[in-house]
Amino acid sequence: MTKIPVHLDINGQHHELQLEPRVTLLDALRERLGLTGTKKGCDHGQCGACTVHMDGERVLACLTLAAQAEGRAITTIEGLAREGELHPVQAAFLDQDAFQCGYCTPGQIMSAVACIREGHAGSDEEIREYMAGNLCRCGAYPHIVAAVRQAAQEFAS
Amino acid sequence: MRDFSYLRATSTDAARRAAALPGAMLLAGGTTLIDLAKCGVAEPETLVDITHLKGLDRIAVDERGATIGALAKMGHVADHADIKSRFPAISETLWQAASAQIRNMATIGGNLMQRTRCPYFRDPSNFSACNKREPGSGCSAIGGVTRGHAVLGTSEACIAMYPGDLATALVAFDAVVHLGERKLLVDDFFLLPATTPDREHAIEPGEMITAIEIPGSAAARRSTYLKIRDRQSYEFAAASAAVGIEVEADGRTIRDLRVALGGVATRPWRARAVEDALRGKVLEPETVRAASLLAVEGAVDHGANHYKIELAPRVVARAILKLGETA
Ligand SMILES: Cc1cc2nc3c(=O)[nH]c(=O)nc-3n(C[C@H](O)[C@H](O)[C@H](O)COP(=O)(O)OP(=O)(O)OC[C@H]3O[C@@H](n4cnc5c(N)ncnc54)[C@H](O)[C@@H]3O)c2cc1C
Ligand code: SF4
Ligand code: FES
Ligand code: FES
Repeated sequence: MTKIPVHLDINGQHHELQLEPRVTLLDALRERLGLTGTKKGCDHGQCGACTVHMDGERVLACLTLAAQAEGRAITTIEGLAREGELHPVQAAFLDQDAFQCGYCTPGQIMSAVACIREGHAGSDEEIREYMAGNLCRCGAYPHIVAAVRQAAQEFAS
Repeated sequence: MRDFSYLRATSTDAARRAAALPGAMLLAGGTTLIDLAKCGVAEPETLVDITHLKGLDRIAVDERGATIGALAKMGHVADHADIKSRFPAISETLWQAASAQIRNMATIGGNLMQRTRCPYFRDPSNFSACNKREPGSGCSAIGGVTRGHAVLGTSEACIAMYPGDLATALVAFDAVVHLGERKLLVDDFFLLPATTPDREHAIEPGEMITAIEIPGSAAARRSTYLKIRDRQSYEFAAASAAVGIEVEADGRTIRDLRVALGGVATRPWRARAVEDALRGKVLEPETVRAASLLAVEGAVDHGANHYKIELAPRVVARAILKLGETA
């Protein structure tokens, strides 16, 4: 199929790509832009490893066509830290030792940032429900919940 | 995933026209369509992206009811204050569906059109027989692994379960789907598989869902959705019930009752027999449990899904009794 021009705004940077229309945002990030922080787990919407923000909201890059993301502001895990300073959620994940192999972690962190911003991190129960879209094969869930709780409290204070 | 051409619709009319062409399909959140394209189930030649259309994502609620634009996101509807207060069951079906990420992508229009999760349907390279995918090819599920398949509304051609949560509440509250000018009860929008399981909705080529409308009622205001599943979250229903109730001034005699089942039927399933049996009755656990058994009248199992026939009436009874406690 003929390639089409796709303009993407990622972490505040503008990119112009020539892509087959079927290319997902996830593949564009990883294969074309070298932004490999966003992970591919299932490629079918079932694990959350590919979570990024689109206009400030968490979405799955594996089920979003790159072409659909045109005109939207995309933030990936690479765009979270500010001037070398870790984002508070990243710092909380380190503090709470909220990962083992780390494969799910970028997706967990992107999801957690949005979860807190949405106001869905009010209790452990709510955190578990609203973080359910991010699976962790290592089973680091208790520490992930603790990290989200810690970050949510920091934001609140 | 086979390649396709991509077209961004600039108006509803343009979208309808473009999607009416052979091989073309509307693309909203993509959470069903892109997934199925990757599975080799959907093979569109052109995708008509409607997510950049303006004004189709409005949510308007007043005493008469709610009108929700086809492009409103599941997550936004779930969190909408007036939906939560006037239609709690609608909000509950949405926040208990999929994941927060998917709910930020998935639209209400796409949600109604989501396809079955039948594993044979989703796997054409290993299972060529599927009447829903390929009419006349047979059904791989019958005689196969059926734990997730329907017990109500099945046919010899297909026993696939309709997996959506929202539509379960929509049929309970007599919601109407807007296809531009044409309006249709959601209950009439979903078709039984019968001999044509490939045809799931009463929507014609060139039509597009533009909105859904849910009439306001006392029963909708006092409603809930109970979803039982294999894991606590991010999972489809094993059995679910959308229930709404209105009681007389005495606080215990049932004036109006709405009951619909999810996770057990080939389409969203209104359980009118339960409603009829309980209308005018006093809300008592024994009466409610007995009447709830009517929810699965005519159910047929295929072995491993037998548990749904026992589970569904219990879910219905529990949902009704839970609402009763809030009197
Ligand atoms: C991992 C996972 C878990 C899920 N869990 C649940 C769950 O627990 N409960 C639940 O209810 N759902 C669940 N879903 C399904 C999800 O809700 C649907 O995929 C979603 O609602 C579809 O909406 P969309 O906008 O993404 O549709 P798309 O994928 O864009 O489109 C779906 C279909 O609808 C058509 N279409 C889209 N918009 C319109 C329109 N306006 N008019 C006419 N046709 C249209 C498209 O052509 C396509 O055929 C899950 C999905 C995934 C991937
Ligand atoms: S149950 Fe329906 S969808 Fe599943 S294999 Fe049989 S015909 Fe296909
Ligand atoms: S890779 Fe996107 S959800 Fe698993
Ligand atoms: S830390 Fe290994 S998958 Fe989560």
